Amino acid sequence: MIEFELNGETVTSDSEPGTPLLWVIRDELKLKGTKFGCGIALCGACTVHIDGTATRSCVTTVDAVAGRAVTTIEGLDTDAGRTLQQAWVSEQVPQCGYCQSGQIMQAASLLADNPKPTDADIASAMNGNLCRCMAYTRIRKAIKVAAGGEEA
Amino acid sequence: MVIRAENTAGVVNRRTFLAGSAGAGLVMGLGIVLPGCTREQAVSELGEAAASRSFAPTVWFEIDADGGILVNIAKAEMGQHVGTALARVVADELGADWNAIRIRHVDSDPKWGYMVTGGSWSVFTTFAMLSQAGAAGRTVLRDAGAALLGVAPDECRVEMSRVSAGDNAVTFADIVQKGDVSRTFTEEELGAMPLKPAAERRYIGRDTIAKDIPQKATGAAVYGLDVELPGMVFAHPLIPPTRYGSSIQSVDDSAARDISGYLQTLQLTDPSDTLQGWAVVIAETYPSAMRAAAAVEVDWQAGPTANVSEADILAEGEKLAADGGSGVLVVDDGDVAAARDSAAKTHTAVYRTSTALHFTLEPANAVVEFRDGKCHIHSGNQWQSLILPVLSKALDMAETDIVIHQYYLGGGFGRRLFGDPMIPAALAARELGRPVKLVFQRADDSRFDCCRSASVQQFDASFDSDDQLTGIEHAAAAGWPTLAMAPGFLADGVDGNGKFDTFSISGGDHWYTLPNHRVRAINNELAQKTFLPGWLRAVGPGWVGWGVESFMDELAAIRGEDPIEFRLARLDGAGKNAGKAPEAVNGALRLAAVLKDVRDRCGWGRELPDGEGMGVAVCHGQERTMPTWIACVAHVAVDQEARTVAVKKIWQSIDCGTVVHPDGALAQAEGAALWGMSLALHEGASFRDGQVAERNLNRYTPLRMADVPELDIRFMDSTEFPTGLGEPPLIPVPPAIGNAVFAASGIRVRDLPIRL
Repeated sequence: MIEFELNGETVTSDSEPGTPLLWVIRDELKLKGTKFGCGIALCGACTVHIDGTATRSCVTTVDAVAGRAVTTIEGLDTDAGRTLQQAWVSEQVPQCGYCQSGQIMQAASLLADNPKPTDADIASAMNGNLCRCMAYTRIRKAIKVAAGGEEA
Repeated sequence: MVIRAENTAGVVNRRTFLAGSAGAGLVMGLGIVLPGCTREQAVSELGEAAASRSFAPTVWFEIDADGGILVNIAKAEMGQHVGTALARVVADELGADWNAIRIRHVDSDPKWGYMVTGGSWSVFTTFAMLSQAGAAGRTVLRDAGAALLGVAPDECRVEMSRVSAGDNAVTFADIVQKGDVSRTFTEEELGAMPLKPAAERRYIGRDTIAKDIPQKATGAAVYGLDVELPGMVFAHPLIPPTRYGSSIQSVDDSAARDISGYLQTLQLTDPSDTLQGWAVVIAETYPSAMRAAAAVEVDWQAGPTANVSEADILAEGEKLAADGGSGVLVVDDGDVAAARDSAAKTHTAVYRTSTALHFTLEPANAVVEFRDGKCHIHSGNQWQSLILPVLSKALDMAETDIVIHQYYLGGGFGRRLFGDPMIPAALAARELGRPVKLVFQRADDSRFDCCRSASVQQFDASFDSDDQLTGIEHAAAAGWPTLAMAPGFLADGVDGNGKFDTFSISGGDHWYTLPNHRVRAINNELAQKTFLPGWLRAVGPGWVGWGVESFMDELAAIRGEDPIEFRLARLDGAGKNAGKAPEAVNGALRLAAVLKDVRDRCGWGRELPDGEGMGVAVCHGQERTMPTWIACVAHVAVDQEARTVAVKKIWQSIDCGTVVHPDGALAQAEGAALWGMSLALHEGASFRDGQVAERNLNRYTPLRMADVPELDIRFMDSTEFPTGLGEPPLIPVPPAIGNAVFAASGIRVRDLPIRL
């Protein structure tokens, strides 16, 4: 049994060591906002925070988070997180929406490290997150709006 | 061609509007009263479960006793915010408060008639009916409200879910609770129903937050992959080495038996022949299924295409396109052969595109449960009416006993037009007697994709002794999705010989006036045998336009003319290019107008640094019968030493008639334009040993944020009939980039993806 913190609460997983955290979150702990895309950490749809850092949960094993704090889109209840989500709505970012949980988690991590990112900072931080609908210009705009750098 | 219910129903029925009480609410529908039923019967059954026996609604909305309005949407939501766009049309005519509107994406109950979401058709094919239904609903509410207010109906206004006369008003909720709302209107009465003039519209043409967006910012939106049913097990596909003709010789699961949660490996027999040589690994959890799938050894006898390569498919296409007797005639204007015989000069070019993948970010999946004699399928899908007969054959069940439940689609782009991933889930669920959730890993999703076929187009132009362009012959060879999946929709050749896939040549029938023009559509049988060709976003024009618009640029260069002036000279709206009401008023002149608009906005002809250039391309959208007029300019920088192309900016001017949801339209145009750029520069797959070789993002590399250029997209002000938008802005981008590469470097690129 592996114990860790998920969105502020202590949880346990019966999955074997080596099981990808993504499936533990989705199927064992029943939080479906984190998505499965490529399985090799190249699309970013599965992005969660581990001790505050954006991490791909599809290649992170559940045993690797024992005793650590995992945050998913459902637990992004900081002021900065809510501001990002509001910007995602006001800028009408999502199209199919499937990648957006991961995009928002990645963006939250970016803004935590760099509250006023430039376009180049944003492109660099977000380049690992594929948006198949290619809503990239709106993702970039929403991050800037959330950072207070651009009016909605 | 536009797919409509009439194509398959065989008869055109007369439409009726019905309004009636249902429980504590009011139900309104516009549709067809089914044969053998009366309007009275249909209206009395409204809102009951039995309603489907008498009435097939195209538009259906319900108002509850609190004034909440539920609009049923039979179209798939895959990022285009279609529910919002369609409900805006109803709400505007109805006089509803937008905040009271909710959207429900319905299941595949036969009462909804023909269900398909594709071709950028949704607004185009339903706008008139949605408007009429809304207007009819407004009339019902106005009349009932007038009676409650004790005034004449023509003294009343209907706005913001209120019927008012002077200072008195009743709300829709009041009317639902107290009013007399049972009404029917005939086709003639509907036709006479006054629609709002454009100037009085409250929602159409104005922005709103799309109804699906807030839940997509919190992770709450539910996709097919998120469905769980009690007692379900997981299935992982074991995909054969060829799409067709493979068979399983033996399965050895001894290495999987120690894996915790592994249950068994099932070999599947599919009477529909969609799956050939398939097995699925069954496990208690998906991680167990993944582990077991890697451990199970299957010995396949591979099908006959096990050695086919991308080069083989392209070579076959080149051979076919070069053979003047091949294919089916799609356009035959004037006498191309005579123009060629008398030509003083000719020019031939061959354009090719590589295989392209849908790569929906949500991998293929389906959850299936057999319950109470019915097969319930949970899976996001674009064309329920296409897969239901296939499922019926695979399961030997009546179509009416199969229900497809709809969810948000984590990307459609045409992949989910074919619901073939439902079949293995359904076969396994029946065999096991318990619900099954089938999930494809990414590499398997790519291998089983109905990818966009590689294509080859040959163009032969003739010039007379005055160096005037006298004719173009155009031949296009590819695998045909419609032949494979929906052969009933193939079209007849213009000379009556043969049938062709309009979705594999549309765009060849362009709006340039040419004295002699011949277009042949050719099926590449090697492609057809090797894989299942699919419809990919922008479909035929997405690759046909690459050849048509690049070749136009070549001809302008040969003539020494400006590429925009060369095009404008042929966009004269003469003859068949004059257009017609309602969808193509002014024809090619509207294409000329957007071309001039983009020319003036981009600073065409201005001095650019060395190594930079601008290229232009136009398109008429998905089909001649639904023209969306777009002109595009790309500004690129070419580094010949590093062999790179960087796109600095893309301009588009778009005339799609009335824009129902402007910000949603802009989002679609931005995404589609970047898709065009991605297909031009970033995405290319190849067949190797009978299968797609590029199966995940380490080798299939769609455009990322760092590659995004500046976008400047303008919609022309218009109150003309709305046409399609979700795909067309993709079409002109690859040729605009290719033409810009030529302007920047003198290098003429003829293959997609572009590689210098």
